[in-house]
Amino acid sequence: MVTETSTRATGVAAARPKLAIARLRDFALVPAIIVLLVVGALVAPAFLSTGNLINVLQQQTELGLLVLAEALILVSGKIDLSLESTVGFAPALAIALIIPKASHGLGLGLPEWTGIPVCLLIGALVGLFNGFLILKLRLSGFVVTLGVLIVVRGLQLGFTTGQNLFDLPLSFTYLGTAEWLGLPASVWIFAAAFAVGIVALGYFRQGRSLYAIGGNSDAARAAGIRTDRVIWTVLVIGGLLAALAGLLMAGRLGSVAASQGQNMIFTVFAAAVIGGVSLNGGKGTLFGALCGVLVLGLVQNILTLAHVSSYWYQAINGAIILVALMLSRITSGKAQD
Amino acid sequence: MSAVTDTSSAAGSPAAEARQISKRYGKTVALNEVGIRIADGESHALVGRNGAGKSTLVSILTGLQPPDSGEVSFGGEAAPALADRDAWRRRVACVYQKSTIIPTLTVAENLFINRQALGTGSLISWPKLRRRAADVLGEFGVDVDPARAAEDLTVEQRQLVEIARALSFGARFIILDEPTAQLDGPAIERLFERMRSLQDSGVTFLFISHHLQEIFEICQAVTVFRDARHILTSPVAALSKDGLVEAMTGEATGLRDGNTRPAMTDQAPVVLDVDGLGVAGAFDDVNLQVRQGEVVGVAGSASSGKVALAEAIVGLRKPDSGSVQVTGRPVRAGSVPAALAAGIGFVPQDRHKEGLVADLSIAENATMPIAHRLGRFGSISPRRRRELANGMITSLAIKADGPDQLVSGLSGGNQQKVVMARALSNEPDALVLIDPTAGVDVRSKQTLLDVVDQTAERGTAVLMISDELDDLRTCDRVLVMFHGTVIREVRSGWTDNELVSAIEGIGESSGD
Repeated sequence: MVTETSTRATGVAAARPKLAIARLRDFALVPAIIVLLVVGALVAPAFLSTGNLINVLQQQTELGLLVLAEALILVSGKIDLSLESTVGFAPALAIALIIPKASHGLGLGLPEWTGIPVCLLIGALVGLFNGFLILKLRLSGFVVTLGVLIVVRGLQLGFTTGQNLFDLPLSFTYLGTAEWLGLPASVWIFAAAFAVGIVALGYFRQGRSLYAIGGNSDAARAAGIRTDRVIWTVLVIGGLLAALAGLLMAGRLGSVAASQGQNMIFTVFAAAVIGGVSLNGGKGTLFGALCGVLVLGLVQNILTLAHVSSYWYQAINGAIILVALMLSRITSGKAQD
Repeated sequence: MSAVTDTSSAAGSPAAEARQISKRYGKTVALNEVGIRIADGESHALVGRNGAGKSTLVSILTGLQPPDSGEVSFGGEAAPALADRDAWRRRVACVYQKSTIIPTLTVAENLFINRQALGTGSLISWPKLRRRAADVLGEFGVDVDPARAAEDLTVEQRQLVEIARALSFGARFIILDEPTAQLDGPAIERLFERMRSLQDSGVTFLFISHHLQEIFEICQAVTVFRDARHILTSPVAALSKDGLVEAMTGEATGLRDGNTRPAMTDQAPVVLDVDGLGVAGAFDDVNLQVRQGEVVGVAGSASSGKVALAEAIVGLRKPDSGSVQVTGRPVRAGSVPAALAAGIGFVPQDRHKEGLVADLSIAENATMPIAHRLGRFGSISPRRRRELANGMITSLAIKADGPDQLVSGLSGGNQQKVVMARALSNEPDALVLIDPTAGVDVRSKQTLLDVVDQTAERGTAVLMISDELDDLRTCDRVLVMFHGTVIREVRSGWTDNELVSAIEGIGESSGD
């Protein structure tokens, strides 16, 4: 019994330094970003130009919105793979409802102004459907959203007969190309979404409840948090953000490809995990996730400027993910599962 | 206090009362018309062996699930609606065995979860939250930094934070569900100090513990449940320890009177020799020897470390100190294959987790440790396997369609027999059994214990980890563990009361 007491005592003493590191974890990527900026400046003089940095941001807006959505869902202890299909499906269906059959539309001829609201509504509905399957029917979130990913992508292929949609309504192209106060509109939207998210998760009870649910859902329920309702809301917001990302992507590229968003979910998870969001729920901040997005964007940009063959990107991105995981294993000192 | 007076008592309304509560889960009756009445300002103990219905009553008293019938009241007023969590939390709080602290958040946020201090607008004000948390912790004398992450707290600190949180809701009735199970002696004393001072300030406790000594130390009244029924409620002072144990165990329901084997002689060679074995945080410096043909029991409460001891012997856990020898040869520590090769057979604690692969056949499960003997060059001969399995089915009286039936289709008793068959498949010199008859019917229990007897008679050394009196009656001697050490050895011929008192720690106060 004596030894037992002494091991407990050392346990208390050891707990203190770990806390400081856990807090630093939120800002762990800031030095990495600074290093990348320096490296970038050394590699190519054009790197630090305003135009290039804005370019980096704009290219990351769509990924960033998806990472925001996935981070919210991961913090509440769930997972959503279907986001990447919503990126293509929501704008494609919203556009198809407007444009004539000749341009691969459905020929319903809805007025042009419906484009954006319908697109967002479709994203929200996909989230609502995920929530129904996961929370009402109590199905496994991973498999449900995997199924929805495939079905939603299939629906898009079905009604577009695999064609890309080019004949975009003006409202779509506007958001993808407009500049507000010298910055692309999409960058403003991206920044605003993260700002709202960071404040909500840091300073609102509703936001904090995500951490409570992800950390220990039984305890959250016992504390009077309506866990199912909160998770359902988060899934709907996730779908909505995915649709928004799709809308911006469509506007930027001037078309909706049949494969829009495909395979993005891997990069989304990579950015979230690099940013310190735990796949087990209850841990991670949106600021961290944002840093994860920026790191991936900067690396990509530097590789481009350094004329590294694009065939190497995938290997390098994968290596970054693994290194980030090892670093977080070392800093947290805890086994990951 | 409420002005409502209860006709059955002159002492005013009880802090909490449950009347005629029944609860079933499927076919199992968890509570059968039980009642409990906890007087205002007392510390009331609730005791009973596993499965007596204590946990179910706690979840009903805290409003986490409704009773099938019966009613709950607090201070003479009917309990609030189940959905009104806040109303429940103002009346009753519980420190569960399972933590309700959210490990990833700070202590301060855990204290005010879902009711964080608000600043301007509806934004959370973190400075205000931390100040209030510090106030609450200070008020109840809990010395914990509110800015710490909850996952870094010790069990003791975690419990104190939970108690402080309960009190900060205004609850004056607190349920402590086995709070001492994970605490060491000094921490238990500190908890009791705190309970006494809170009791002086008018807080009522319902205290659940397996250590009866603690009940005599801290409680004024005690209620005993057995097999989902209320057995007695009495002031602690009016009850002897023997009387309490008797109420818990009831009339002897034993099937067997000892074992059928001849008495052990000291001449038999030692087969299993455990020397100074220890696993940090579980048990320490355990020495034991089991002779050829001997059955040795190890009993103790859930926190005694007995399961960890068995798992260390069979290689499921890596011990931090000590060694294990079988027939004089040392066994490599922390390796199940090494333990099997050394001649140790093993029935794990949970047949669903470590004992069986539910979707494989009886034959595959039972021959798993000896798959290498079933054919050449790593191949497995199905014919050979079926022959072996048929033999096992006969010798263990497994009720099944045949060796190819999936174990998921068997009853609990027959599944457990398959686990036993697996343990015996490599004809072990030493057999280690953890709760070998847990959750099986009377007939299967009889068969399993007969098999243990026969195995010992053939010369195997058997170590049986169990709390079941029927299991332990099969043993030549029983070692009793308490908080990680062997505190007593009881020779065959013990009485139920003697053994249960030893297991529950009576006479071995946890505090000193």
